[in-house]
Amino acid sequence: MKLTGAEILCESLTKLGVQHIFGYPGGAILPVYDALGKSKLHHILVRHEQGATHMADGYARATGGVGVAMATSGPGATNMVTGIATAMLDSSPVVCITGQVSSKLLGSDAFQEIDITGITMPITKHNVVVSRAEDIARTVREAFIIANTGRPGPVLVDITKDAQQASCEFDWEASTPKLPQKRVRNDHNQEEFDRAVELLNTAKRPIILAGRGIMLSGAMRAFEQFVRTCDIPVAMTLLGIGCFPASDPMNLGMMGMHGEAWVNHAIQESDLLIAVGMRFDDRVTGDLRTYAKGARKIHIEIDRAEINKNVKVDAALIGDARETLEKLIPHIVNPDRAPWLAHIRELRGDSAVRDIQSLPDNGHLYAAHVINDLWKETRGEAIVVTDVGQHQMWEAQYYHHNQPRTLITSGGLGTMGFALPAAIGAKFAKPDSEVWVVVGDGGFQMTMCELATIVQEKINIKIAIINNGFLGMVRQWQEFFYDKRYVATPLVAPDFAALANAFGIRGERITARADVLPTIRSARESKETVLIDFRVEQEDSVYPMVPAGASLHEMIRRPNNPLVETATEP
Amino acid sequence: MQTLVAYVENKPGVLNRVSSLARRLAINIDSLTVGPTDNPQIARMTIVAHTDEKGGHRLEASLEKLVDVLLAENISERSLLERDLALIKVLADQQSRPHLMELIKVFRARVVDVAPESLIIEVSGTVDKIDGLLEVLRPFGVLEMARSGRISMTRGGDLLRPPAPRETQAPAVVTR
Repeated sequence: MKLTGAEILCESLTKLGVQHIFGYPGGAILPVYDALGKSKLHHILVRHEQGATHMADGYARATGGVGVAMATSGPGATNMVTGIATAMLDSSPVVCITGQVSSKLLGSDAFQEIDITGITMPITKHNVVVSRAEDIARTVREAFIIANTGRPGPVLVDITKDAQQASCEFDWEASTPKLPQKRVRNDHNQEEFDRAVELLNTAKRPIILAGRGIMLSGAMRAFEQFVRTCDIPVAMTLLGIGCFPASDPMNLGMMGMHGEAWVNHAIQESDLLIAVGMRFDDRVTGDLRTYAKGARKIHIEIDRAEINKNVKVDAALIGDARETLEKLIPHIVNPDRAPWLAHIRELRGDSAVRDIQSLPDNGHLYAAHVINDLWKETRGEAIVVTDVGQHQMWEAQYYHHNQPRTLITSGGLGTMGFALPAAIGAKFAKPDSEVWVVVGDGGFQMTMCELATIVQEKINIKIAIINNGFLGMVRQWQEFFYDKRYVATPLVAPDFAALANAFGIRGERITARADVLPTIRSARESKETVLIDFRVEQEDSVYPMVPAGASLHEMIRRPNNPLVETATEP
Repeated sequence: MQTLVAYVENKPGVLNRVSSLARRLAINIDSLTVGPTDNPQIARMTIVAHTDEKGGHRLEASLEKLVDVLLAENISERSLLERDLALIKVLADQQSRPHLMELIKVFRARVVDVAPESLIIEVSGTVDKIDGLLEVLRPFGVLEMARSGRISMTRGGDLLRPPAPRETQAPAVVTR
């Protein structure tokens, strides 16, 4: 059967199980769009190509499958850069397809020509230019394999316009992937494995550090069994949240810069850290020189390049998290953790718990109120997509996730503007799930054009803007470290509710605590998208906080502010 | 200084990926040589990098993550044979020529081009040997010099071969 390159692309994507493509047309990708019109693929027209990549990313994070974004050459492709980097840093399987000028024009600075493979080389897992129709099917199949095997990541496929237009024989069976034959390392090192078992069985004060790798490997059940068998408490990275239920008594919660004090203290006092699918990011470790100094470390990790990168480990178990955990479980013997667990309970008791629920209504609306109410009302079952900043940390602290893939957030790159488009992607991936966007007034203004996408696609998501009139996290740093000189952080915003109305979306504005729950309830009842503008306390801060570069145990605690700290122990 | 050997796909852009990776890791490359192997589809690189053991490990592991890199190995701690090749064009008049020929003999170098006012000397060996010859040639007037960069091979039965081609391919992607 003879098809054009563009038709082959659409056929191949269909055969790979793709249903949705997030994209934006343009000259160099027009043949593909013409073919898209004749295919069964659902194309979602975005308002900016950055949105397309975040949507594909959100789609991938919600399901574990590959998300697909599409753009034209030149500015279409360069607009994708931030979204590709976001997916790279959080190991998200995204395939980006870009149009390119005809192969004869390559290198001539033709209209909308840009070397996008050169630009994205350091921020993709792999990228490739295709200039022959014959190579499209095979290359796309390879891109899907690369994106979602091993440590996942984004792959960009740049297809020249002449390759899209040329016709050739389409033979799916014959276009099998021909990836380079790489060395297969035998990663199982018995010596390291035995050392890990020995450490696990002799440790007195161990802690497990759980990361996103557990989710990526589908290791949730094995992980839970591992935790039960070893009886070791678990601290979560931001991206690990959800891979182990927050309601589990062994779950200590988030660690690191904005982790609760007892979690960080427990890590600092531990004698063994078992890191699973996490990479000792600086937001998690604080000052490396003082990080868990008395602890031996076991690192379970699929990416060899992460071993000993930030923290020198005593036993490196390279490989898939699920397989490794399953191998370890039978070797665990009879631990007695009672004294250690009792000590951690003591640590927890010492810390001031801000029980937001029992805070009296003193006329102030805090972001934590909103998020806590949202958690209670949705019974922790919604998919929450957060942006970057204070609200992101409050969400991680006050919304308790029990299910994997229910918190979607940009961790590694910390990309503002991520939440709204990523939530759109997540909704397409999980149409039956309730999807909430929790976003700041700063980040929302970066990609709010995608409200039009929501309307055009008639999808139903809920948007909670945590509006404090500041670029809140930067303001907080200015408060703590720059003597309250608020340079370029006070932020004027439009009336978000009216703005939503202009798009044809219901908008609400909430200023009083008493109105939070009823508004969330009525938004949930609506079958359409609702935007709620929560006007919260302007100069509230995220506590506790480990200042950048400080030791993990040197935290700025919650101030003894009667306004905030009138809470009683639950 | 760390020495790595990498087998890579012999196709456009691969050198860029390798050098771009070193740049991203802030590792300075001292020398990088590349040439096809007995299989023309596969090229072999010897990379000598200004970094410590930790950097060498990161470079090795990160290189092997690149799709087009078939194998990367840090061979700094192994028993190695290292060779560098240099062509040195040196001033040589009637007076200095006999003296030069003596030196060339001592260093087991060769004269590969003779002109009325100059010679081109070809020398191969370890970096130290070439540096040594260069040092003694300098007073005669070195006009031009080209060095190949180091190529390295582990000695004896310590083989570093690219993986043999397999017929089977990686399984199709499974959507979880």
